[in-house]
Amino acid sequence: MTEIISTLHEFFQFSFVRYAFIVGLLIALCSSLLGVTLVLKRFSFIGDGLSHVAFGAMSVAAVTSLTNQNLIVLPVTLISAILLLRTGQNTRIKGDAAVAMISVGALAIGYMLMNIFPTSGNISADVCSTLFGSFSILALKPSDVRLCVIMSIIVIGTFIFFYNKIFAVTFDESFAKATGVKAELYNTLIAVITALIIVLAMNLVGSLLISALIIFPALSAMRLFRSFRSVIICSAVVSVVCAAAGILLSILVSTPVGSTIVVADLAVFLVFSLISKAVRRSEK
Amino acid sequence: MSIQIACKNVSLGYEGSIVTQDLSFSVSSGDYLYILGENGSGKSTLVKALLGLKPQISGEITRGEGVAAGQIGYLPQQTVVQRDFPASVREIVMSGCLSKSGLRPFYTAAERASANAAMERLGITGLAKRCYRELSGGQQQRVLLARALCAAGKILLLDEPVTGLDPKAQVDLYEMIGKLNSEGVTIIMVSHDVGAAMRYASHILHIGSHKQLFFGTAEGYAKSSVGRTFIASEEAENDD
Repeated sequence: MTEIISTLHEFFQFSFVRYAFIVGLLIALCSSLLGVTLVLKRFSFIGDGLSHVAFGAMSVAAVTSLTNQNLIVLPVTLISAILLLRTGQNTRIKGDAAVAMISVGALAIGYMLMNIFPTSGNISADVCSTLFGSFSILALKPSDVRLCVIMSIIVIGTFIFFYNKIFAVTFDESFAKATGVKAELYNTLIAVITALIIVLAMNLVGSLLISALIIFPALSAMRLFRSFRSVIICSAVVSVVCAAAGILLSILVSTPVGSTIVVADLAVFLVFSLISKAVRRSEK
Repeated sequence: MSIQIACKNVSLGYEGSIVTQDLSFSVSSGDYLYILGENGSGKSTLVKALLGLKPQISGEITRGEGVAAGQIGYLPQQTVVQRDFPASVREIVMSGCLSKSGLRPFYTAAERASANAAMERLGITGLAKRCYRELSGGQQQRVLLARALCAAGKILLLDEPVTGLDPKAQVDLYEMIGKLNSEGVTIIMVSHDVGAAMRYASHILHIGSHKQLFFGTAEGYAKSSVGRTFIASEEAENDD
C-alpha cells in the first residue's frame, strides 16, 4: 500500500500527470451532467455520432495542416450537434438514423482523407489513437489545461443556471412549449454544450469511448435514484470517481487511460444494477 | 360569464394544405367544452392553435384577460420518454411554475407554495417524494394536472387524458376534472369519447374532416342530427 502511494506521489511530481488528472476529472464531470438529459431524450448515441464528426473534422485539419485543430473541429461539431438535436423530432430521417448516418459518413470521410493525404508514416496508429484515445492526455500543455478549465466552467455554469429549464424540456417538451418556455432555445443550448464536451473529451478517451462517459454514469445513477436531482448528483459523483480511479490505475499498471476509465464505469454500472435488483427484491 | 377564447371563421393547416376550416366557437369562464372528432379531423392542430403554438391560416382568435398564449394549463398526451423518467412528483409539479420565472434560475417561495397548493387540491400531497414512473396511470395524470394548475389557474386544456387508464381510474379522473370545473376552472377537453362528453360537458364542439359539424350546448348536441348519429354510431361500436 505504501508502495502504491509513494509511486503515485512520485508521478504527481510531474506537472503533466497533474494536468491530466485535472482535465480528466473536469471532462468526466461535464459529460455526466449532460449525460442524464441525453439518455432520457433518447440521444445516447449522439456522443458517438458527434465524436465521429469531430474525427472527420480533425482529419481535414490534419490534411490542411492547420496548427490549431480546434479552429475547424469545434465549429463543425457544433453545427452538426445543433442540426441533429434540433431537427430530431420532425425530419424525414428520424433521430437515430440521422445520428448513425452522420457518424458513419464522417468516419469514412475522415479515414479516407487520412489515407489519401498521409501526414505521418503510421496511419493506423494515428487512427487508432484518435478512436480510442491516446496518451496525448499525458502530453497536455498549460494552455490546453486552461482552455479545458474555462470550457468546463462554462458548461457547468450553464447547466446549473438553466437546470430547471433543462429538466422541463427533457421531461415534457410539449408542455414546456405550451406554457411559453422557449423549448427550441434550450434544445439548442443542450446541443451546443454537448458539442463542447465532446470536443474536449476526444483527447481523453478518444471518439469511440466518449459515449461511455456520457451514458454509463447516467445509467448507473438511474438504477438507484428516483428523482432528477439525485440522479444528476449521483451521476456526477460516479463519473468523477471512476475517472479518478481510471487515471490512477492506468498510471500504476500502465494501461490505456481511456479504456481504463470506461472499464471502471462499467464496473460501477454492474454493481449498481445488482444493488437495485437486491433492493427491489427486498421491497417486495 | 366572460368570454375567454373566441374563434371566428378560423382555418388551420400546414403549408398549402388546410386541415380544418371555418371554425367558429367561444369558451366562457366556467365552461366545460368537449372537442370531439375522428382521428385526422384536425383536433391536435386546433390544440396547437389554442395554445398559441401555431398561427391560424385565416380567421380570428381573440383571447380574454389571463388566457393569453402561455397562460393555458396544458395536459399533453403521454410520451414514451416519461414512462421511465426518474423524477419526483414535486419536481414535476414545480416545473409548471417555470413559465413565470423568466431567466431566474431557481424557484421562489411563492412558487413552492403554489405547487404545494396544487398538489393539495388534487390529493397527491402524500406522493410528493415518490418517483413518477412508479405511480399508477391515474396518479400520473393527477400529477400532470397539478403541474398544469401551477402554470395556469383559470383554464385547462386536456388532450385525451383518459387514454390508457383502466375504467375505475377513468371515472376518478373525470370526477377530479369535474371538481376543478365546479371550482371555476374552465375545461377544454379533446376526446373521442362521446359518452363521457354527454355526461360531463356543458358545451360541445364537433369537428369533422375539413369543417365544423356542431357547436353549442351539450343538450343541443344530443338533439341535433350530427349528435344523434355520432352517439348512435359510438353506442353501436361499444355493443360489439
